[in-house]
Amino acid sequence: MSDWLKICPLEDIPRLGAKVVKGVGNADIAVFRNAEDEVFAVDDRCPHKGGPLSQGIVFDRRVACPLHGMTVHLDTGHAQAPDEGCTHKYRVRVDKGVVFLNLG
Amino acid sequence: MKRSKLVLVGNGMAGVRTLEELLKLAPDLYDITVYGAEPHGNYNRILLSPVLAGEMKLPEIMLNDVDWYKQNGITLHTGRKIVRIDRVRRRVVADDGAEERYDRLLLATGSTPVMLPIPGHDLPGVLAYRDIADTETMIAASARGGRAVVIGAGLLGLEAANGLKARGMDVTVVHLAPWIMERQLDRSAADMLQASLEARGLKFLLERQTVELVRGTKKSDGRVAAVRFADGSEIPADLVVMAIGIRPNTALAEAAGLHCNRGIVVNDTMQTYDPRIYAVGECVAHRGVAYGLVAPLFEQGKVAANHLAEFGIARYAGSAISTKLKVTGIDVFSAGDFMGGPDDDEIVLADKRGGVYKKLVLRDNRIVGAVLYGDTVDSGWYFQLMKEKKCVGPLRDKLMLGQSHGGAGHEGRNRAAELPDDFEVCGCNGIRKITIVKAIKEKGLFTLEEVRRHTKASSSCGSCTGLVEQILASAVGGAYQPVAAEKKPICGCTDYTHEEVRKAVKDNRLLSIPEAMRFLEWRTPTGCASCRPALNYYLLCAWPKEYKDDAQSRFINERAHANIQKDGSYSVVPRMYGGVTTPAELKRIAEVAEKYAVPTVKVTGGQRIDLLGVKKEDLPAIWADLAMPSGYAYSKGLRTVKTCVGSEWCRFGVQDSTGLGIDLERDLERLWTPHKTKLAVSGCPRNCAEAAIKDVGVIGVDSGWEIYVAGNGGIKTEVAQFLCKVKTREEVLEVAGAFIQLYREEARYLDRTVHWVARVGLDTVKQRVVEDGEGRRALYARMKEALSVEKDPWAERAAGFDAAEFRPMRFHSRDCVSGESSDERLAENLSA
Repeated sequence: MSDWLKICPLEDIPRLGAKVVKGVGNADIAVFRNAEDEVFAVDDRCPHKGGPLSQGIVFDRRVACPLHGMTVHLDTGHAQAPDEGCTHKYRVRVDKGVVFLNLG
Repeated sequence: MKRSKLVLVGNGMAGVRTLEELLKLAPDLYDITVYGAEPHGNYNRILLSPVLAGEMKLPEIMLNDVDWYKQNGITLHTGRKIVRIDRVRRRVVADDGAEERYDRLLLATGSTPVMLPIPGHDLPGVLAYRDIADTETMIAASARGGRAVVIGAGLLGLEAANGLKARGMDVTVVHLAPWIMERQLDRSAADMLQASLEARGLKFLLERQTVELVRGTKKSDGRVAAVRFADGSEIPADLVVMAIGIRPNTALAEAAGLHCNRGIVVNDTMQTYDPRIYAVGECVAHRGVAYGLVAPLFEQGKVAANHLAEFGIARYAGSAISTKLKVTGIDVFSAGDFMGGPDDDEIVLADKRGGVYKKLVLRDNRIVGAVLYGDTVDSGWYFQLMKEKKCVGPLRDKLMLGQSHGGAGHEGRNRAAELPDDFEVCGCNGIRKITIVKAIKEKGLFTLEEVRRHTKASSSCGSCTGLVEQILASAVGGAYQPVAAEKKPICGCTDYTHEEVRKAVKDNRLLSIPEAMRFLEWRTPTGCASCRPALNYYLLCAWPKEYKDDAQSRFINERAHANIQKDGSYSVVPRMYGGVTTPAELKRIAEVAEKYAVPTVKVTGGQRIDLLGVKKEDLPAIWADLAMPSGYAYSKGLRTVKTCVGSEWCRFGVQDSTGLGIDLERDLERLWTPHKTKLAVSGCPRNCAEAAIKDVGVIGVDSGWEIYVAGNGGIKTEVAQFLCKVKTREEVLEVAGAFIQLYREEARYLDRTVHWVARVGLDTVKQRVVEDGEGRRALYARMKEALSVEKDPWAERAAGFDAAEFRPMRFHSRDCVSGESSDERLAENLSA
């Protein structure tokens, strides 16, 4: 589809880590890679106090915000219960080792 | 796959708690069916007393309503009793003849009140106090007024008596022993309690043996009318409540041939003699003990759930128990061996008129028992000290004064019950007392962990933990059981403690996080944000040369070698050994601040300069321009060595504190530790470098140096303790280095030195670091070995190492136009 934007080779994102993508959306977008090479993209803003989620520790399909430790589910963008809140989630896919992001 | 079938017999607190724990671990393993003899969901039996006293209503004490069972796919049969277990065919049979097959069976049949087998025990108007039906009967009976006699002045008896009195009855408590609650209280506390209950209008008859309950004349419809004692005397009674004890319900298990001995006998995994059958709760005898309080039952539930979930690693080793009386306005607490033996020490505070009595029983400087009357705010603290078997030698003179006098600082505020509702308990998250109390009540929270998750209180700096525990204890009463820190697992990903993990890493030469997780059977594939940094530290500490540091398991500050700020920018603090700088360094710092438009330049508390508001992507270039080593201001590691001016300039100085501070900082820099580590050196006893609140503080005196350790100026303000006095600089370096290495090797991750030394005792530390010269030198050598592989992280990164960490992917607006997705654009991005 034409809405898919090429981001980078998968290897550029560290396992259990993230890269910040600047200048494509209204704000920074964090693209994550987990241990199973699944890739997720959410706004780089924690629903709690706006912390940069891209800088957090990634585990399972989750990230712990670096500011106060709120855990966000990367596959939904929702904060882990009993916390409430949600960060915008983007569609993302890996094709032949390259990460594509869909802003739509 | 077809799921196994789990049947729970007994719909009470122990059984249902086990199911809750099981669902957390293995939500899909079983089809679950529950049989309960009572016609309700699961309720908090402990709170029946407040219901009887009219302080709470039944709906308020429900823990799991019928919807909960539905939501969790559990089939619930209320008002149905299981009458037989057919172990051969693996079926249970209900009182209506229906059969249910099981693969695993969980017995939680609870207990029955003991009824004295005396004439008249079955008369109308005679009852026990056990469940909702008993409570309702008592409430109905009290509505007619009259005289109630409660037989048994134990916990339950007194609560029943208090409730009936509150409902307007004339109540007499009859007791066989010479004082009330003799299983929980010594005579002094019991007498004070009795006096205060008498002041409320209760009457007591002690050392009376009841021999008969006398039937009334026809006017009273054959109901009970009097209680007769062994000495022939009689008192009138319209209602008799027997509260002399409970007996485990073992009839069902016994009939099925399961071994019972004052309870269904289980092993440490809560398994009965039939491996398919587990048992928890008041019906159980574990190592010869049947528990009647809720906290141990919850511990049992957790263990049983672990095995039902086929994890197979938890063990129940028995519980230390404590008791609190739930009579509003009367505070009584008791735990452990409160009577003590001939060789034990007693510390007693008795203020009869003031209504306060406290007794602590000490054995080898450890609390083994406690009785508190009138002022129980420190009960949680004493109980914790008792369970952790902590040496209270250094605290002895302050022990009786309570926790608020045991240490200053924020943690000291601790009159939980007296605090106003809007008192801010957790200063980090702005959580008021009322918010915590409401969450505990409405969401049915029982543990500190649950309160943290639901309210955030005590989840940040942790300094209010003691206060939150007290609020929890006062809100849920006896159901609250502080977890002994020794047994606390690192996090929810494992059941192993910090110590067990460290030992395994060392003994089995585990060299990576995945290897450690596999070996220790971590429940989660990639751990969590709590255990991964801890594992990374333990591996690094154990194998400094072999282990490859895992950047993704470090908090961002240690990954980026700068401190993240609230807006996502970073701060840069270069090292200035001993707080000494030069005009050339200051010029470079000033130029960097201008060149990168650093918004704030601040002097830190550690005598160096902080550049705040730096963009992450600028960090490597700033480090290159600064050409100064990292100050590790972001690290769980060696931070600064603060110094005063010392003998070089100061007219009072007797030692060169600045020089020694610089030597120490050069000797220890780049060292990773369990938490941040701060030092200070003062050149005379005026102590201008504030060495008394540092992890290691050195104070120069005319004849040498005094070394103090485990001070803290932060969350828990704590004055450092004297470790030793030495003559030379070299000795200071060796003692300080050995102390820090011991801390590195034996403290838990995120322990400050103050917490660690408080746990192991200063004597142990002295022995290993001061007295044992060979051991000290070995510790110091291991510290040096760990440092031999550490390079300055800023210099490495200024030279291009780990550049990707700092480089975002920047797109220009034209790239965003949707349309073709060309390889050209990808290439451009990659080169950006």
